[in-house]
Amino acid sequence: MNINLTLIGQTIAFAIFVWFCVKYVWPPITGAMSARQKKIADGLSAADRASLDLELAQEKASKEMQKAKEESAALIDQANKRAAQIVEASKDDARKEGEKIIEQARAEIQQERVQARDALRAEVAAIAIAGAEKILETSVDAKAHSEMLDKLAAEL
Amino acid sequence: MAAGTPVEYIKHHLTNLTYGKLPEGYERADGTVVEEATWTMARNGQEAMDMGFMAVHVDTMGWSIAMGLLFLGLFRFVAKNATTDTPSGLQNFVEMTVEFIQNIVRDVFHGKNPIIAPLALTMFVWIFLMNSLKLIPVDYIPSIAHAMGLEYFKIVPTTDPNGTFGIALGVFLLILFYSFKVKGAGGFAKELSFTPFNHWSLVPFNLVLELLGLIIKPISLALRLFGNMYAGEVIFILIALLPLWIQWSLNVPWAIFHLLVITLQAFIFTTLAVVYLSAAHEDHGQVT
Repeated sequence: MNINLTLIGQTIAFAIFVWFCVKYVWPPITGAMSARQKKIADGLSAADRASLDLELAQEKASKEMQKAKEESAALIDQANKRAAQIVEASKDDARKEGEKIIEQARAEIQQERVQARDALRAEVAAIAIAGAEKILETSVDAKAHSEMLDKLAAEL
Repeated sequence: MAAGTPVEYIKHHLTNLTYGKLPEGYERADGTVVEEATWTMARNGQEAMDMGFMAVHVDTMGWSIAMGLLFLGLFRFVAKNATTDTPSGLQNFVEMTVEFIQNIVRDVFHGKNPIIAPLALTMFVWIFLMNSLKLIPVDYIPSIAHAMGLEYFKIVPTTDPNGTFGIALGVFLLILFYSFKVKGAGGFAKELSFTPFNHWSLVPFNLVLELLGLIIKPISLALRLFGNMYAGEVIFILIALLPLWIQWSLNVPWAIFHLLVITLQAFIFTTLAVVYLSAAHEDHGQVT
C-alpha cells in the first residue's frame, strides 16, 4: 500500500477519460435522448390534434347527414304533394270526362226519346184517325180536324 | 499458489505488481546488489516499498485504463450509433445509466456547468467497472499472471489507495479550479476566512477549519472507496483460504452482497464528488 507515481497516473487517466466523455460520449447520447423526447412529445401532440380533427370531421359529417336527410325529406314531401296533385287533377279530369259522356248520353237518349215520342205520336194520331174513321164510317177530313188531332197528339 | 502459509497468501494477494526505481547499492531479495539506480519490477513487497514514490503499480494502471477504455468504447459505440427511434437493448442500457446520472446531477448540482454530468458519468461507470473486477475469483487472474512470470498481480484498482486517491485528486483539483473560477481568488479566500464565524477576530480559526474541511473532502472520498473495496477484497481472500468444498457457502453470499457494495460505493463516490463540486460553484460572498 505504497503511495507512488500510480497516483499521478490515475489522475491523468481520469482526466483523459473525463475529457473524452465530455467531448465524444455525453453530447451524442443526451442529444439522441432529447431528440427522442421531442419526437415523442410531437407524436403525442399530433395524436391529440388528429383526434380533435376526427371529432370535428365527425361533427361535420353528422351535420351534412342531417342536412341531406332534411333535403331528401323535403324532396319526398314535394313529390308526394305533386303526386297527390296529379292524382287529384286526373281524378277531376276523369270525373269531368265521365260527366261529359253521361251528359252526351243523356242528350242522345233525350233526343231519341223525343224522336220516338214524335214517331209514336204520329203513329198514334194515324191510329186514332183510322179508329175514328172506322167509328164514324166516314173519312175524317184530316185538314178539318188537324187542330184537334194535334191537340191530342200533344197530350200523348 | 506461490505462497505457502495463509499470511503469505494474503500478503501476496494484497501486493501490487510494481515497476519502479531501485536506489543505488540496494540489496535485492535474492541477495544481488544493484550497482546503480535502475527501473525494474519489484520482486517482493519490501522492494516495492523501498522504491518509494518513484514506482508505478502496473496492474492498477493497466486494469483501470482497461476499464476506462471499456467504458468509453462501449459508450462511444452507442453514442455513435445512437438513434432517436426505438433504442436497441444496449442503447437502452446506456441511456438508463445516463439518465440516472442526469437525475443525480440535477438533484445535487445547483450551478450551471456542462462538464459536471459527463464527469459524474465517467466517475460512476469507471469506478463501477473497476469495483466489479472484484467479483472475479481472487485466484484467477493472479494465477494467469503467475504463469506468465509475474509474481504479483492485484486486479482491482480501487483496492489500491493510489487508484482511489488518484481519482479523488482529480476531483480535488476540479474543486479548487471551480472555486477560484466562480468565486475568484478573493472570494474564495474570503469564504475560507469568514465562514462559519463572520468576525475578523475568528479569521485564523475559520481558516484552519475551512482548510481542513477542504482537504478532508478528497481524502474522505478516496478512503471511503478504498476502505470498502479493500476490506471486501480481504474477506474474499480469507474465504479463498477455506477448504474448497465450503468456500461457496460464504463466497456466494459475500459476492451477492458485494453486488450492492460495488454499485453503492460507485454511487456514493459520484454523488459526493458532485456535491463537493456544487459547493465549489456556490458563491457565498453575498450570503455571509
